[in-house]
Amino acid sequence: MISHLRTMWLVFRHLFQKKVTVQYPEEKVPLYPRWRGRIVLTKDPDGGERCVGCYLCAAACPVDCIALQATENEEGRRYPEFFRINFSRCIFCGYCEEACPTYAIQLIPDFEMAEYKRQDLVYEKEDLLINSEGKYPGYNFYNVAGLDAGVKEKGKGKDEETPVDIKSLLP
Amino acid sequence: MTVMQHIWIVLGVLFVFLNIAAGLIWVERRLLALWQDRLGPNRAGPLGLFIVLADTLKLFFKEDWIPPFADKWVFILAPAIVVASVLMGIAIIPFAPGIVVADLNVGLMFFLAMSSLGVYSIVLGGWASNNKYSLLGALRGASQMIAYEVFMGLSLMGVVMLSKSFNLTNIVAAQQHLWFVVTQPVGFVVFFIAGLAETHRLPFDIPEAESELIAGFHSEYSGMKFGMFFIGEYLGISLISAMTVTLFFGGWLGPAFLPPVVWFFLKTFFFIGVFILMRASLPRPRYDQLMAYGWKLLLPLVLLNLLVTGAIALWLKS
Repeated sequence: MISHLRTMWLVFRHLFQKKVTVQYPEEKVPLYPRWRGRIVLTKDPDGGERCVGCYLCAAACPVDCIALQATENEEGRRYPEFFRINFSRCIFCGYCEEACPTYAIQLIPDFEMAEYKRQDLVYEKEDLLINSEGKYPGYNFYNVAGLDAGVKEKGKGKDEETPVDIKSLLP
Repeated sequence: MTVMQHIWIVLGVLFVFLNIAAGLIWVERRLLALWQDRLGPNRAGPLGLFIVLADTLKLFFKEDWIPPFADKWVFILAPAIVVASVLMGIAIIPFAPGIVVADLNVGLMFFLAMSSLGVYSIVLGGWASNNKYSLLGALRGASQMIAYEVFMGLSLMGVVMLSKSFNLTNIVAAQQHLWFVVTQPVGFVVFFIAGLAETHRLPFDIPEAESELIAGFHSEYSGMKFGMFFIGEYLGISLISAMTVTLFFGGWLGPAFLPPVVWFFLKTFFFIGVFILMRASLPRPRYDQLMAYGWKLLLPLVLLNLLVTGAIALWLKS
């Protein structure tokens, strides 16, 4: 009997405690920088697309929601001709971000992407591309790659040796 | 009192109690939420009060399905019984001097009779549903209510002894100097527990028991028929709270700065709050624990209380 009354008193005291409810549309849920939400395609510091169309994200995707077609410009730089993510399938696992060798595809803390039509959940490349470097500012894949794609010449990169002249026998 | 006045009182009481029962939808959800560190329904209308309206509309527009295997007429009748019997019980409560629907000289007996009739709605509802879980719920409800009915009546006999009347107006008047909760504490505790069991509210919601019986006797009910059970339960809470106030807490009596009706409803709402607090805090006992608790602890206790009260009353008289 006493324990019952004590229980009731303890529950009653909760009336004056801080409530845990987050009143969502007015109050926002705290989202942390590594929160896995909407998927974006980032750009490098020079404003070029980071994506090189390697298909690794599409291969890593467990629900096959990423579709892309790689192509090349006249300088030899690869980029996706189209890049399509079907967010009605996406499970926000972040495997695409892990697979990406150029930090192009990234998941950002944003979940407010509800739509009235299912078709509107299919994001094309222009919907995915953002004018930002995302989580890795200053990174440009072609600066550290041994490839001349208009960003730097071969052998001119930081910590990069000039290419060996394979036609010469000199040391 | 003229006939017109009487009709106004009847309509007023009906209006107030049906509105309290509806309003309790909001009160209960809000209070439960606050006690669980949540906020509860606060979107529709000021403070979320319009949830009452929304819920009622929802119940009205839901499909009113009668299962093909059910006993149709009994199935339809059962939800009406609970509301009717509880409303009949409310008729004998005096809200203020002169404001009472039926000032019966056997008011208390009438109340006990009406709350016993309420068991029919559970039994018939469970039986007519033709569903084994509903029947189990009905079975439990019947035995629980019959068991607790016994000492609910006995716990009130102490009050009757002290006030020498079954009339509720006289019982309130007899508390002019001292509330019966002081002289009859055991009677009050037992009556309140029995009242909980009568309204089959948590922690004594054994006929319903969502987790084991899938809502028990009203599994098969939908739409407004379910709504009637719902309203009946809230009316039952209001009735038991009002009866507790009338019998043990001096009814409309209180300091003169507030009118008697306000005192009555303030006290009633306090007990409604206690009902909801019990729901928020106490777990449901097992079925055999409930029966053992009733027959082996509360019944002897209430008989002892009766004996002691009678002895003291006799001793004071001589």
